[in-house]
Amino acid sequence: MTAVAEPVSQSITRGEVVLRAEQVAKVYGGTHALRGVDFDVKAGEVTALIGENGAGKSTLMKILSGVEQASAGTVYLDGEPVSFSDSSEARERGVAIIHQELNLCQNLSIADNIFLARERTRGGMVDFSAQETEAARFLERLEEPLNPKTLVGDLRLGQQQLVEIAKALGEEARVLIMDEPTSALSHHEVQILFRVVRDLASRGVAIVYISHHLDECLEIADTGIVLRDGLVVASAAMKDVDLSWIVTNMVGREEGALYSPMAFDAGDTVLSIRDLVVADPDSPGRLAVNGVSLDLHEREVVGVFGLMGAGRTELLEALAGRNKVLSGQVLLDDEDLSNMAVSERIARGLILVPEDRQRDGLVSSLSVGANTALAAINDFVSRFFVSKAREREAVTEIGAQVRVKASGLDAPIGSLSGGNQQKVVISKALLTHPRVLVLDEPTRGIDVGAKADIFSLMAKQARVGCTVLFATSEAGEVLHASDRILVMARGVVVAELDPRKTTREELMALADTSSTPTKNEE
Amino acid sequence: MAQTATAAAEPTFADRLRKGILGDRTAGEFLMDQRAFVALIVLVIVFSLLSDAFLTPTNMILMTKHVAYNAILALGMLLVIVTGGIDLSVGSTVGLSGIVAGVMLQGWELSVFDTTAYPAVWVVVIISLAVGGLVGALNGWMITRFNVAPFIATLGTLYMARGAALLISDGATFPRLQGEAELGNTGFSFIGVERPLGIPTAIWIMVIFAMLIALLVTRTRFGRWLYATGGNERAAGLSGVPVASVKMRVYIISGVCAGMAGLIIASELTSAAPQTGQTFELNAIAAVVIGGASLSGGRGTVKGALIGAFVIGFLSDGLVLVGVSSFWQTVIKGLVIVLAVILDQGQERLKKARAAAQAAQSVRRELDARHAEASAKA
Repeated sequence: MTAVAEPVSQSITRGEVVLRAEQVAKVYGGTHALRGVDFDVKAGEVTALIGENGAGKSTLMKILSGVEQASAGTVYLDGEPVSFSDSSEARERGVAIIHQELNLCQNLSIADNIFLARERTRGGMVDFSAQETEAARFLERLEEPLNPKTLVGDLRLGQQQLVEIAKALGEEARVLIMDEPTSALSHHEVQILFRVVRDLASRGVAIVYISHHLDECLEIADTGIVLRDGLVVASAAMKDVDLSWIVTNMVGREEGALYSPMAFDAGDTVLSIRDLVVADPDSPGRLAVNGVSLDLHEREVVGVFGLMGAGRTELLEALAGRNKVLSGQVLLDDEDLSNMAVSERIARGLILVPEDRQRDGLVSSLSVGANTALAAINDFVSRFFVSKAREREAVTEIGAQVRVKASGLDAPIGSLSGGNQQKVVISKALLTHPRVLVLDEPTRGIDVGAKADIFSLMAKQARVGCTVLFATSEAGEVLHASDRILVMARGVVVAELDPRKTTREELMALADTSSTPTKNEE
Repeated sequence: MAQTATAAAEPTFADRLRKGILGDRTAGEFLMDQRAFVALIVLVIVFSLLSDAFLTPTNMILMTKHVAYNAILALGMLLVIVTGGIDLSVGSTVGLSGIVAGVMLQGWELSVFDTTAYPAVWVVVIISLAVGGLVGALNGWMITRFNVAPFIATLGTLYMARGAALLISDGATFPRLQGEAELGNTGFSFIGVERPLGIPTAIWIMVIFAMLIALLVTRTRFGRWLYATGGNERAAGLSGVPVASVKMRVYIISGVCAGMAGLIIASELTSAAPQTGQTFELNAIAAVVIGGASLSGGRGTVKGALIGAFVIGFLSDGLVLVGVSSFWQTVIKGLVIVLAVILDQGQERLKKARAAAQAAQSVRRELDARHAEASAKA
């Protein structure tokens, strides 16, 4: 299957440092994403970069590949200090990146995407047939014999990810950074990708591999480097370490102290989900949620754990009415919500705190107070007008309860830190007096203190009779903040666990799609 | 039985023709895909039934000549819309370029040199096109350098270009642009009046512009970059597409197209008025949209934009011919535009719904199997 393996460059010796970061730091607004990182990438080796969400992996990779510029520190390529002003400059110097989010043009064909901005031309015209032949060769290497003329928009997500990989292969880079390349791939496809990665490494390409799937990192990488809170905390040869070494270093020791354990005293069933099936809103042919049934009780906090693409966001959004339900029922007190509009569901006591607070949770042009009052504005209306006094009173009260730190209710929402913005989104949800509070990744991109605040808030809500359902991809959170854990993979609930009797390794193993192949494979 | 076997082994000519045209679409899907063209055919049939004068060579050439400048505007607009932008300034640019041509043909007063220049027609043409390109460059500059929304930036130049045309002409019309032999500036009428090989020059210009832009869009790197920019600007940028320069260039091309349209009209009327071209931008946008382009970018073809321009042109000329009042013409034109977009949305929704229904069906089967399995166990 593989094309003739030629060394990419004669001068490269295996093990030589190609790319080096020295004391690289990055500051976004007030948050330090990277706080002085040293990092070597060696030719012919696969280096795994490991860390929890928000540890700074993606930021570091964006700096190495020129997408972003470091606030301090130096990047060296072949021992020479470089500062890439954009990604095309990095690419010209042989540093390519496969981004975590797919960066493809849905309206173009596979071949067009692979050769975008590097078109093969003949006499000023694009040589389409040459591009198609070459694209077919890349796809062949990935054992995905698609027609290169197919529109990328017609492919399923996993295939799109392979196109993204084929695109990077076409660049013949000396340093190839792969940021979560397998999030939508099947077990079989991952194995093919690994063969390609090994082949590239044997030809002297330096590879940086980032993945949530820790066993993938153990399998493919020569060296592992663990990042935590913007610092390198450990590094070792992968053959000398095991999963628990990685996990211990990823999480650090203060983990246990963060969240308080909860008293599980569940009441009656409140929300009951029956055989729920939801299509992926981005590619309607694919099913994001594939037959989920579960019961949620009064006074409990249920954590849904799953990796990227497991279907947790789609499940939660379907509950809230943002995604269309293909079949199945959502019963709140025996009333079926599955065909109701978002506002009707909120009126009946089910509200979602969305994953992306910037895009879906906040109106950036409004003040803190106005954002908080948004969802419950009907409560403050008397005759035709919004009663400012009543609005202010309610907003002040909830703000104090949730402990939002803002200079005042009239402060612009953008002046708040990520954690406080998230508290505003939660306050907004709480003002509607929910019976079922659904939170999607409630702690994404916020600092440790605010995380603890948000978890204690969730526990408090549960204690006063609310039902709390939240989704996360961080094992530490789900273990310490929930009364009951549901593990999702490939659109189905694969396990229900008691957090007090579960270890992080068990969770990871269950959630890892590459180790739980299902019959749904195409 | 035997008959079908031979048919399968040896496809008849009709089968092959069918396959060649339809691919694996059904006839209905094919008609839906080609709806702009189907609409044009329907228009021609309906009007030729209603009026004997419609389907005559003379009338066809006349109508095509009317279509020409709209089609040229639509071609420039197409490029802009494919990148996800919009150019509202083209109508004003039509007026400005006509006035610039007019002022030069009437005698260009160069107060610095204290003389009046009478440039040759080819110089006039180049300068007028350059003025159009300049307006486009101003649009592109505001959009790429200051991140002004295309709608706003080109709305601004819509007013500015119109104002400039009024200032240059002092609100008056420049008549008699045919030039004088002793001044060496005759020949302007070639663009809008003369008919090389029996076909008006305007139609030749339209054909040349269409071929050049079709080549640009379908065969060059720049063409791929256009669609990439409109389809996913971020991905295009990260892949190394010079997004800002792509946008800059489409607005310049659109401006040059508008300049050409202005010259055609001024030559046809042998006079230039500062009000010429008002609301032309809307006709151009309508043509592009009827041709199946998406205002959110990434989708649209030269063929579609041309057909769109013909639908609009034939519709208005046809309605005049059969004696429909101009007020009703306006209403009907509006209806056609909205109908085109509704059909477009319907097609998209149909595709999505079909995919979702297929998925749901396969799941239902699987769930049923799962239930059966569970009950068998119990």
